[in-house]
Amino acid sequence: MSDLTDLTVAAIRDGVRDGAFSAREVATAFNANVEKGRALNAYVVETPDHALAAADAADAARASGDLKPLSGVPLGIKDLFATKGVQTTAGSNMLGGFEPVYESTVSGKLFEAGAGMLGKLNMDEFAMGSSNETSAYGPVISPWRRNDGGNAPLAPGGSSGGSASAVAARLCPGATGTDTGGSIRQPAAFVGISGIKPTYGRCSRWGVVAFASSLDQAGPMARDVRDCAILLEAMSGFDAKDSTSLNMPVPNWEAALSGDIRGKKIGIPKEYRIEGVPAEIDAVWQQGIERMRDAGAEIVEVSLPHTKYALPTYYIIAPAEASSNLARYDGVRYGKRSPGEGGIDGMYRATRHDGFGKEVKRRIMIGTYVLSAGFYDAYFNQAQKVRTLIARDFQKVFEQVDLILTPTAPSAAFALGDKTSDPLAMYLNDVFAVPASLAGLPAMSVPAGLDGQGLPLGLQLIGRAFDEQGVLDAGLALEERSTFTHRAEAWW
Amino acid sequence: MSDYRIHGATGEWEVVIGLEVHAQVVSNAKLFSGAATAFGAEPNSQVSLVDAAMPGMLPVLNGECVRQAVRTGMAINAQINAWSRFDRKNYFYPDLPQGYQISQLYHPIVGEGEIEIELEGGATAKVGVERIHLEQDAGKMLHDQHPSMSYVDLNRSGVALMEIVSKPDMRSPEEAGAYVRKLRSILRYVGSCDGNMEQGSMRADVNVSVRKPGQPFGTRTETKNVNSVRFIMAAIEYEANRQVEVLEDGGTIVQETRLFDPDKGETRSLRSKEEAHDYRYFPDPDLLPVELSDAFLAECRESLPELPDAKRARYQDGLGLSAYAANVLTAEVETARWFEQLLAATGEEHAQRAANWVTSDLFGALNRLGRTIEDSPVSAAQAAELLTLTADGTLSGSLAKQVFEIMLETGQDPGAIVEERGLKQTSDTGAIEAVIAGILAANPGQLEQYRGGKEQLFGFFVGQTMKAMQGKANPAVVNELLKKALG
Amino acid sequence: MSVDTATVRHIAKLARIAVSDEEVAALEPELNNILGWIEQLQEVDVTGVEPMTAVIPNQLRLRDDVVNDGNKRDDVLANAPNAEHGFFAVPKVIE
Ligand SMILES: [Mg+2]
Ligand SMILES: [Zn+2]
Repeated sequence: MSDLTDLTVAAIRDGVRDGAFSAREVATAFNANVEKGRALNAYVVETPDHALAAADAADAARASGDLKPLSGVPLGIKDLFATKGVQTTAGSNMLGGFEPVYESTVSGKLFEAGAGMLGKLNMDEFAMGSSNETSAYGPVISPWRRNDGGNAPLAPGGSSGGSASAVAARLCPGATGTDTGGSIRQPAAFVGISGIKPTYGRCSRWGVVAFASSLDQAGPMARDVRDCAILLEAMSGFDAKDSTSLNMPVPNWEAALSGDIRGKKIGIPKEYRIEGVPAEIDAVWQQGIERMRDAGAEIVEVSLPHTKYALPTYYIIAPAEASSNLARYDGVRYGKRSPGEGGIDGMYRATRHDGFGKEVKRRIMIGTYVLSAGFYDAYFNQAQKVRTLIARDFQKVFEQVDLILTPTAPSAAFALGDKTSDPLAMYLNDVFAVPASLAGLPAMSVPAGLDGQGLPLGLQLIGRAFDEQGVLDAGLALEERSTFTHRAEAWW
Repeated sequence: MSDYRIHGATGEWEVVIGLEVHAQVVSNAKLFSGAATAFGAEPNSQVSLVDAAMPGMLPVLNGECVRQAVRTGMAINAQINAWSRFDRKNYFYPDLPQGYQISQLYHPIVGEGEIEIELEGGATAKVGVERIHLEQDAGKMLHDQHPSMSYVDLNRSGVALMEIVSKPDMRSPEEAGAYVRKLRSILRYVGSCDGNMEQGSMRADVNVSVRKPGQPFGTRTETKNVNSVRFIMAAIEYEANRQVEVLEDGGTIVQETRLFDPDKGETRSLRSKEEAHDYRYFPDPDLLPVELSDAFLAECRESLPELPDAKRARYQDGLGLSAYAANVLTAEVETARWFEQLLAATGEEHAQRAANWVTSDLFGALNRLGRTIEDSPVSAAQAAELLTLTADGTLSGSLAKQVFEIMLETGQDPGAIVEERGLKQTSDTGAIEAVIAGILAANPGQLEQYRGGKEQLFGFFVGQTMKAMQGKANPAVVNELLKKALG
Repeated sequence: MSVDTATVRHIAKLARIAVSDEEVAALEPELNNILGWIEQLQEVDVTGVEPMTAVIPNQLRLRDDVVNDGNKRDDVLANAPNAEHGFFAVPKVIE
């Protein structure tokens, strides 16, 4: 039998169903890979027993004939999802040792569907970062290396860097991610896997440690488009506990999945051709356009005039919401407490000084500043207005086209430490991902090719609100034509 | 409005008062969670993970709290905002688990309204309401349980409050007192707040400034969380006098937060923080705007009871009650409810007698017993029976009083008491005539004087007859027969 | 808009984050760099544009007034750094 850890989610599910192998064999194989892959620092907590228990339940279910949609599939869960009785820290010292007494809706749905958990995946602290270097557990390392023989450790992207690295390195067949301003798509692109951020409200935010409430969305990261469809279907659905949850049925995305996009109109936004982006990115984009054309789609040049304001808008709204969302980490009810000096205020200040990392503190400071007296209208309210304009840009374009195709990120994976000293340079990595986040639209990254250094590059598909199907279908059409079979050499 | 003035050394000063009343919304569950709101539970037992602001927890709005705020707004003829929104008020305090209070700054659910207040001497005045918004209550801190620690109980954390903000329309402690009493009455009629000030269901932030009449508003101070009408009035009185003194001494009033000390009857400055609060309000991204449908609003309106002002007018104009009685009977919803049960049983044609009886006999008895109408030992149905027994001549006024006393003691129905104790009034002319004959015979001197023109002695014969009949004779019949016998 | 060290300290105070002198010195240029870049939003004409309230059209649902939560003190206190007698305990607050 070939290595079970090379199988996709779909193949594992089908193989278990058909009796080609047992779920326990699958879980055991992945547990072993998790252990072998520790050098990647992808997992912050390993839960082999959870995976085995779910596998045994799957094998029993098969025997009794009531398999569930994800029976036999072990997954990695980003550490932003509260998992009952399993340490959940959002990559922060602030939540060191925190064991929720509750299960997030999304992870709960996956387990309900039969999936098991291999462990909790490393991430940028509170999902703030694009390289996974802000994690309190240290950076995740990408399984990929440049072909220059230099062996420089590369960033897997972020904030879902653990998820990206783990899927790419076969430490799990699929993982949950969350995306506030590109945190699923950018790391997926960096490691050559697929990932989709659904329409805002598709996946419940209940039990997901909040970063920026109006932007946060969970989504799957997996090896291919079909696996994303399968996992997204299990993760999505109305949740009365989340006031922003969409009360609409979950489509059967996998069943309807089709690479046939003949007659679809694909928009190419001219504002995404920005200066300073490597020619290789443009080349991969151009190649993607050709492939869409080859699939029978019509290519239309479109304009999203407020694109250049998306990133600054994001860097007002997200920190503002974060500064408030993270006020609950005060050392009173859970998590870290540093006694400090000077009574309660001293305790607050010491706790939040010691518990938060640099980037988190930076963003809390920015968010506090833009909301503070006298600046609300100039910054926050202005940003919310520009956000309306950005969403309107998309609405107009979607009157002409069905989908938008862009690069996912303006570069391939960079080396660890390359951008840590320049926060702005780091922020700019999400320039293509952020607009769809601000507009709440479904967007997906699929691997499209390698750059000159042998590193993966991804393309992004953005769809109309609620049209995950369109995004997945176009993603599949692209996947079928790019035949991205590259994988990182296992050096770990 | 009021001519209440503070007489300072430099002349007269006018007091300007605005009140922010926090009223706890009557609801089973909290504003954004399914935890209970009941008073007096074990610490941290009525706390959901949402109330404790666990990571990833989200608020979901309780529709009943929205409904109660809307009904309250309608009851004061306020603008109802079919589109409103929740904002976060950010600050750190251990009783505030989220690090922010979910409140409504920019788009409150209720806009401008008005409350009519009744002042001494029958005058009325109108006090404007600026807005009513919904917000979360904070938890409770205990500072005296441990030498170096404070304890936090989150049972109240997240309980729904209405903040009812008045305009600075009041000019005397009396007006402020009347405003709070009237507001409380309306809230209790509507059923949106139980008005229980001792348990903290209603408390006021008192804004006071002073000025020379005709001058622009002075700088105000805010005295926080005053929890009785008496204390509110005392705080205003103290604060206004303090401000006059400061100003007349050449000082200036600092805009600050103060606390009222009920024991001393004084306000004192809360240690002024070196930096002003900066609450960094912004729309809560965990919630969507609140959009109320026409059907929702219609239901709110239809479910409103008759309110005190309308009821008072009806009692005066429709039932013919005196202004005093109408006022007293409508001021508290329980009184009105009780009175209307009574009327339903006696018929509205007996309204005046019923009103008299309630305001004198019943209130007198309740006062004496230290009871409220809610735990009156006599039910409205029993009272109706008593009034009917008086109306149909079974009981005389004094017999009725006797029966009522026995009812208060035993809780028995008046009919049973009359039956058991033979307290029925007699109109048996034969029996009365026999008694009268005996009395005339026994008092020949008085009889002679009466016949000689001393007509005041008529009362003496009535008294003697009633006494001999043990109070059970029908006074009208006694009068008539006596007149006949005395010639 | 640019911030000086006093402003950095003021923001840190509002956010209840202790900052050392070195941290303030490091934060000042970083924040100025970011805030200077954000500044470009001022050039966008937003006349007549409403600030976004809901990114995807959706209606707020109202919950029924039912008690279905609470009564889980142990869960609530389970992760507390210091809990005594059923309360969260914090350094004494002087009012
Ligand atoms: Mg106030
Ligand atoms: Zn308030």
